[in-house]
Amino acid sequence: MSDKVVAELHQPTPEVGDGGPDMIQLLTPEGQRVSHPDYDQYVADLTAEDLRSFYRDLVLIRRLDAEGYALQRQGELGLWPSLLGQEAAQVGSGRALKPHDFVFPTYREHGVGFVRGMDPQSSLQLFRGVSQGGWDPTEHNFHLYTIVIGAQTLHATGYAMGVKMDGNVGTGDPDRDTAVICYFGDGASSQGDVNEAFVYAASFDAPVVFFCQNNQWAISEPVTKQTRIPLFQRARGFGFPGVRVDGNDVLATYAVTKHCLDEARNGNGPLLIEAYTYRMGAHTTADDPTKYRVSAEVEQWKFRDPILRLKTYLAHEGMADDAFFTQVDEEADGFAAELREGCITMETMAGETMWDHVYAEDHPVMEAERAAFLAYKASFEEAN
Amino acid sequence: MSRRTATADRAREQATEKATGKTTGKTTGKVPPTVETTYREAMRAAHREALLRDPRVFLMGEDVGRYGGSFAVSLGLLEEFGEERIRDTPLSESAFTGAGVGAAMRGLRPIVEIMTVNFSLLALDQILDNAATLRHMSGGQLSVPLVIRMTTGAGRQLAAQHSHSLEGWYASIPGLRVLAPATLEDARGMLWPALEDPDPVLIFEHGSLYNLSGTLPVEPTPVDIERAAVRRPGTDVTLIAYAGGLGKALAAADLLAAEGISAEVVDLRVLRPLDDATIIGSVSRTHRAVVVDEAWRSGSLAAEVTARIVEQAFYELDAPVERVCAAEVPIPYPHHLEEAALPQPEGIAAAARRAVGEHG
Repeated sequence: MSDKVVAELHQPTPEVGDGGPDMIQLLTPEGQRVSHPDYDQYVADLTAEDLRSFYRDLVLIRRLDAEGYALQRQGELGLWPSLLGQEAAQVGSGRALKPHDFVFPTYREHGVGFVRGMDPQSSLQLFRGVSQGGWDPTEHNFHLYTIVIGAQTLHATGYAMGVKMDGNVGTGDPDRDTAVICYFGDGASSQGDVNEAFVYAASFDAPVVFFCQNNQWAISEPVTKQTRIPLFQRARGFGFPGVRVDGNDVLATYAVTKHCLDEARNGNGPLLIEAYTYRMGAHTTADDPTKYRVSAEVEQWKFRDPILRLKTYLAHEGMADDAFFTQVDEEADGFAAELREGCITMETMAGETMWDHVYAEDHPVMEAERAAFLAYKASFEEAN
Repeated sequence: MSRRTATADRAREQATEKATGKTTGKTTGKVPPTVETTYREAMRAAHREALLRDPRVFLMGEDVGRYGGSFAVSLGLLEEFGEERIRDTPLSESAFTGAGVGAAMRGLRPIVEIMTVNFSLLALDQILDNAATLRHMSGGQLSVPLVIRMTTGAGRQLAAQHSHSLEGWYASIPGLRVLAPATLEDARGMLWPALEDPDPVLIFEHGSLYNLSGTLPVEPTPVDIERAAVRRPGTDVTLIAYAGGLGKALAAADLLAAEGISAEVVDLRVLRPLDDATIIGSVSRTHRAVVVDEAWRSGSLAAEVTARIVEQAFYELDAPVERVCAAEVPIPYPHHLEEAALPQPEGIAAAARRAVGEHG
């Protein structure tokens, strides 16, 4: 082995902390539009109104997240996984989807669900524990949240295999060709399931886009604990394309996702997108990030805020004025109030529903346990 | 008859009518034509039938295609049905099981073959935390009509890591149905109702059974996937067994018969949900029970069956329930040690004698 090869093996491409030169960006943290030879075409048709609606989505889901956090702290939700800081990754990718594409989220994609048209109360009722599942996955082709880290990458792969078996890939008919997008995080990239999904999806050319939100932290473990090389480069080893995009840049995320979805629909899947972003808050309300990371890092990422950069761009280009920004803020206030009211008035689940849906048809054990519970419950009414 | 069995029955009758132009009802009184077959061939015939009957059915796993399956169950199916429906997969148990979950949620009817139950542990999260929970955790919205087949059991000198009997673990999981075909009829008949089940079904094929031979009706008779079966009637003691243990229990019953002890043999067939009625019914008649299980005694399916007998038929018992299980060691590789570690007819008969003799 030559010295050069040995040196490369021992010194893999270092992470520089800002995404590095391979990261696709169309909007700088300062709000400046930069052009890209491959990806400009995907945003060329976006009107000022489109961009304003991107901005509105970003603000509303940040507000949804703030309410979720507050409701948990007030004891109204059992848990809340925050998306703070990842708004652009979610809105950009979510808005790139077609209605007939199918989404497999983790448990943090409240923003993707929102732009798919889902009732924002849905995720609140899930975390309030008043509904099993929370929503109808077929209504917006947005699957239920998967709690097991990385497990959904295999479900997405199997689902995509079904899409292909149905002949809905590479027909050239834009209303028929379908892509599956699967979200996961940097921590999940170390899971066996995710790596097996990569192997499997590649083996069957599955029309799936793996969308990794690298938010730098898996609870307390930095991404450097998961990988020596930038995550998008892993795709190459599995034999399919990988691309890193600035996940705090809604335009670039939109463009890159649109491109990759087109590729998958045309039969060139799978593909991997690494959206380079940052989890500004805790992993969930169950942990305290000040125990494991330095605040200087958080401060640094504040300068890359996804909403501020779009706002600066819109204002600078004259595509939105103060009246618009004020109007969006006021809308967010009303939205938040509705969320709170809806959340605290949700009906709880009756105890006996616990035995429902263990099977399509009850097995004897469930029947017996439910009957015993109902008799116990009835004994209180008799006593009264 | 359950809804599922009834549906299968109806579909099968219609298929017969189509093929013969006759209704099955008119053949009453005649002996139906039979065919010499093996457990392996019966399983294969069941797969062919399912693949022909329902275009949503496909098989995937390691070596199921070109090689015809590690135990030759799917031999020839690739040639007949093509690569779309007989899929050789990468060596990733979690991947093809998880992809099976995803495909099933989309409305397909995947049959996933895992080489042995030991390997299924690599897919345990997909089976326990995904397939078995999704209906419940989605409030009934998601359905995972997935069939997972795998071999289980010892006796073939495959050493510990390919020889354990872990089906009892799976039988403790709500959300799953667990089957253990031990006869040619069940090898031929259980797959279709399993595919019709809207919930995930695990089918455990004991490795020693593939060469089991005998005759089956040419036109297969439907079987249920709900109940245990009395395989041999008797009056003095009930031997409760399943899968690879059934043949040994029947052999023990022969030994006992020669001594004037009449043993009834119950084949559990369905490990979840357990058919309490058949078990308790038999024990209430014979008043003595021996539970045979090739798994380890501690925390075993045999323990569960014993507990149910004690809970539900305590006052019917004339003797303590006996258990005959595997030695609590990793199953040994040397043939004589492996045989010594497993329940054998003589040991089962001895347990029955204890139950009958000391307390008779």
